[in-house]
Amino acid sequence: MTQLALVIDLNVCVGCHACVTSCKEWNTSGWAGPLADFSPYGPDPHGTFFNRVQTFEVGEYPHTTVVHFPKSCLHCEEPPCVPVCPTGASYKREEDGIVLVDYDKCIGCKYCSWACPYGARELDEHQKVMKKCTLCVDRIYDESLPEAERKPACVLACPTNARLFGDVHDPYSQVSVAIREQGGYTLMPEWGTKPANHYLPRRRTELRIHADELIRADNPLKKEGVPPKPPKDQPTLDETTSW
Amino acid sequence: MHPAFSVILLTTLIGVGQGLFLAIYTSQLYALARLLPMPDHQRFFALGSAIAVGFLALGLFASFFHLGRPGRAWRSAARWRTSWLSREVILLPALMVLVVAYGAIHYFGWTEPLFVVRGALPVDPSLIVGALATLAAFALFVATGMIYASLRFLREWATPLTIFNFLLLGGASGFTLAAAFAAWLGSGLTRFYGTWAVILTVAAAASRLASLYRNAHLQPKSTLQSAIGVRHPRIRQVTQGAMGPTFNNREFFHGASAKAVQTVRTFFLLAAFVIPVVLLATAYVLSSFWIPAAAFAVQYLGLVAERWYFFADARHPQNLYYQRVA
Repeated sequence: MTQLALVIDLNVCVGCHACVTSCKEWNTSGWAGPLADFSPYGPDPHGTFFNRVQTFEVGEYPHTTVVHFPKSCLHCEEPPCVPVCPTGASYKREEDGIVLVDYDKCIGCKYCSWACPYGARELDEHQKVMKKCTLCVDRIYDESLPEAERKPACVLACPTNARLFGDVHDPYSQVSVAIREQGGYTLMPEWGTKPANHYLPRRRTELRIHADELIRADNPLKKEGVPPKPPKDQPTLDETTSW
Repeated sequence: MHPAFSVILLTTLIGVGQGLFLAIYTSQLYALARLLPMPDHQRFFALGSAIAVGFLALGLFASFFHLGRPGRAWRSAARWRTSWLSREVILLPALMVLVVAYGAIHYFGWTEPLFVVRGALPVDPSLIVGALATLAAFALFVATGMIYASLRFLREWATPLTIFNFLLLGGASGFTLAAAFAAWLGSGLTRFYGTWAVILTVAAAASRLASLYRNAHLQPKSTLQSAIGVRHPRIRQVTQGAMGPTFNNREFFHGASAKAVQTVRTFFLLAAFVIPVVLLATAYVLSSFWIPAAAFAVQYLGLVAERWYFFADARHPQNLYYQRVA
């Protein structure tokens, strides 16, 4: 069984919001109709987004680190939002595990958003139906696109490659290897929702310099000292050392 | 959670309708057991059922204002296997149909016994339809309560007390209305209903106080640490990804001050429990229509406040991601 998901490397994310704008651009121009956008150039812009980047400060000054935290639907393997839907508009696809909303069946009762502990769903104020990340389902299977572009818009947009996309059930996929080898974790594991999306932790990069890296231990030519300057009629340095 | 008035009206109004029907059917059972005189079929049973259906219909009407797409509301009966909301959507019209049938049987006087059980219990169509409607009314209370109690990470709601509260509060308001209705008809059942209304109101108060106590001592299971997966006791949100209003900020925050929430709690404890009991006790002494009617009006307002507080009291874990705007 396939379970497509995103793996987001918090150690690499710089909080540039490229994934946010790219997601909005792709999903507002797709077959499902526009994403609500009110007063986009006015003083109080608001609307529906599938993906938002939040920022948290961890620790106390001066020992702080900033975590940029992209947040979208986690495509849970036990999605609490799906069974509560009274119409069946919310569903999880058998073939690839993507959680989707059928916008033609949704009655806009918002019950699924109450049932999501992550706040991943947003009601479209224009169409009055519930919307959420689709993992760009209208893009990842599009055979008219070159194969390298059959990825979610956010993944393609990320300038630091902080977003990986793939099948988390395939143990040798890029995402599974990243989760396994770089300490991937899920959000709010206490609720048993088994999110498919994983996050890679922030890792403090430290430059470790040992003393023997500053002063060369093995330096047969004594480069740090004064180099030998044989007179011009004498053999060259190379020849000097060669005997 | 943001208290939506459509849902507050839906749950309180259908609670009254269910409770009133149960009250009316109770008097039929008492009369059958010869503990009470049989009330008048047309005036009492038929009119009472009509009032109960009226409350159920008003509740159903209010629920449509909660929907983004009310024109598609019929679709919501589809997922009754998994969704308590879907079950409520089926049970509410089913109860309305049964109560209409119950009222019609009494109105047209089709109450000749079909058969007699052991020579003592005459079973007529109203008894059978009423029993079915009673089942539907109880099932509807459970479905309404489970809509909230089944959301396990809204821990203020995820308790059997939620279902008991819906059942007892709805029952109490229905029996209080029945007392006022009986007083209006002058049918002599005011004291019978008043007694049950007081019993149910006291039971509802006990159950609601228990849930208030429980919720005041709840420790949140999710923290900012588990929400973003960073293990550090001091995490502070800097931005939430949007400067403008968002759905997540509208739907899951009540926006009222802590003092306002406290005031609402004090008001509903007085208006839903204390004042109605005092008024119903007064109705024992003074036989006036206005006293039980006032008891019902005050209790209903109290229940609206109670439902508002019920929503405001619930802290959704998604709020951890929405602590600061800029």
